[in-house]
Amino acid sequence: MNPLITLRIALRAVLRNKMRSFLTTLGIIIGVAAVIAMMAIGAGAKAQVEAAFSAMGTNLLIILPGSTTSGGSFGGYGSMPTLTWDDMAAIKNEIGTVRLVAPSLRSTQSLVSEEMNWTTSVTGTTPELFQIRAWPIAQGEAFTQQDVDSGTKVVVLGQTVVDRLYGPTSNPVGQSVRIGNTPFTIVGVLSKKGQSPMGQDYDDASFIPSSTFAHRIQGGLGKFLIGQIYVQATSSETTGRALADVKTLLRDRHHLQPGIDDDFSIRNLAEIASAQQDSANTITTLLASVAAVSLVVGGIGIMNIMLVSVTERTREIGVRMAIGAKPMSILLQFLIEALVLSIAGGLIGVSLGVGVAWWLAAKFKWPMAIQVDVIVVSVLFSALVGIVFGLYPARKASQLDPIDALRYE
Amino acid sequence: MAEPLIVVRDVKKIYQTGDVEVHALGGVSLDIDSGEFVAIMGASGSGKSTLMNILGCLDRPTLGTYRLAGRQVAKMNRDELAETRNEVLGFVFQNFNLLARTSALENVELPLVYRGVHAKERHRRAALSLERVGLGQRLDHTPAQLSGGQQQRVAIARALVGEPKVILADEPTGNLDSKTSIEVMGLFQELGKAGITVVLVTHEPDIAEYATRVVVVKDGLILEDTRHAPRMAASPPKAERPQS
Repeated sequence: MNPLITLRIALRAVLRNKMRSFLTTLGIIIGVAAVIAMMAIGAGAKAQVEAAFSAMGTNLLIILPGSTTSGGSFGGYGSMPTLTWDDMAAIKNEIGTVRLVAPSLRSTQSLVSEEMNWTTSVTGTTPELFQIRAWPIAQGEAFTQQDVDSGTKVVVLGQTVVDRLYGPTSNPVGQSVRIGNTPFTIVGVLSKKGQSPMGQDYDDASFIPSSTFAHRIQGGLGKFLIGQIYVQATSSETTGRALADVKTLLRDRHHLQPGIDDDFSIRNLAEIASAQQDSANTITTLLASVAAVSLVVGGIGIMNIMLVSVTERTREIGVRMAIGAKPMSILLQFLIEALVLSIAGGLIGVSLGVGVAWWLAAKFKWPMAIQVDVIVVSVLFSALVGIVFGLYPARKASQLDPIDALRYE
Repeated sequence: MAEPLIVVRDVKKIYQTGDVEVHALGGVSLDIDSGEFVAIMGASGSGKSTLMNILGCLDRPTLGTYRLAGRQVAKMNRDELAETRNEVLGFVFQNFNLLARTSALENVELPLVYRGVHAKERHRRAALSLERVGLGQRLDHTPAQLSGGQQQRVAIARALVGEPKVILADEPTGNLDSKTSIEVMGLFQELGKAGITVVLVTHEPDIAEYATRVVVVKDGLILEDTRHAPRMAASPPKAERPQS
């Protein structure tokens, strides 16, 4: 029997009871819409986490100094300076998987302009830091390696600091600002970066050459680097290897015997990011599974109505059989009817779900993530629901005895 | 001479209801030739419906043989029975059994749909069949828009569209007034002249008069089998009145 005709018969049967057909598919509609909306929420949250971590820098390792046991005193990471400027140079020069290295010496200082003052973090670093953190300069330019070599008193400000000291629309490049008692020349303003995953304002910061920082703010500790080292690996694949290489190098340089704990710590930001994404994924999966349950419930609704429909149309089935319909033709007729209902429900659900996802994205300012694979899977799954729950009623119809069916009142 | 179109030999139909065996047919033998117009008569419970169902390939005999157009029906599976019904038989029912809210043309096309005939050819043959029963002007009407007699004629057109060898009519006039009944019987008589065998089940003696042969069934057995000159439905009535 021609499948096109079967489809037409099914469509006609579905359209004959529009209200009933709609209510039947409602379960599938809600299920599919919920799955798509949930997946979009998950994808939106994931994209947000991703954006936040890539703002910190991609393929980033952060090396923290510290000692666990040293001379009888116990302390956590960062409690003792153990990293040296030579360590940093060695990491840069000796490890092939490392692309960029920058120091990060931090302190909180009061910045004073002619009219205002603002207490913010001051970081002593090298120009590489701006590359590692993919942080472009909005006005002026970054300080250079020459500034670092000669200890120039120049500063690059974050946008929030500029807002506080000079107002949002001003261009303070070339002006002087005092950090502590030392006047610095503003050479650049960084573009706006937003918030960290922990809600900290990235733009509330200022950057000066590391040598200037060591000399003017820390007072100089010679060979020790009082702060952290930012390391960027050459790619996401080499981050793990870079971490191992840095660890081996530093243990070797610090003459640590096997069995002795590291006197430094390396944080792999990619790992932290992926852990956060994993938890976002878990929640998404959980929500989507709950939504998927309603798809199954929708399938039961379809089965229920198909059973009613088979009973109602027993006589029609008898007539069709009498004039030569084979059991398979009857089975297909009702199966396709169930399929039409479930796929129609799936498609309506998709548009509803996309609508909800779009609305949520607009409301929470997420990136709108329409996942084609999720849509395809939802529609296929609703079709599967139609087949699974349509098969029993359709089989029941096809197994009817034509004599009984014709006699049915 | 070739085998008759319908050959029924010692057919028994036994239903098992709990511990009781019900012999709906207790050994029936019957031959029907092409072009015969046979009326099967009997009271309700006589077994005439069971016989009709077996003749119509809707049911299989428990015992005995049934050969239809040279094919052994008793051994057919459900698909083969369906094919036989589609190709060799045409059904007309008491309550017409047309699909509601479906045009006359589409109702008539239905047997050809299950035969896999292409749409164009289907339309052509269905329209032709409706013309044959005098409804060429009402192809688009749904059953609700047609009178009882017209609905039954659509049903006859549906039975005819597949060019069957046998038309089986189960109380076809049961829901019609006497004037329309005569029209329908006239239609059956014409089919007989065209070489189509008509087997009619009825309990009304005056309807049976239009047939060329009357088979009376009682308690699952054939009581009487008589041939006679039929009463003619077509006007002007030239035929003489039957004697019995």
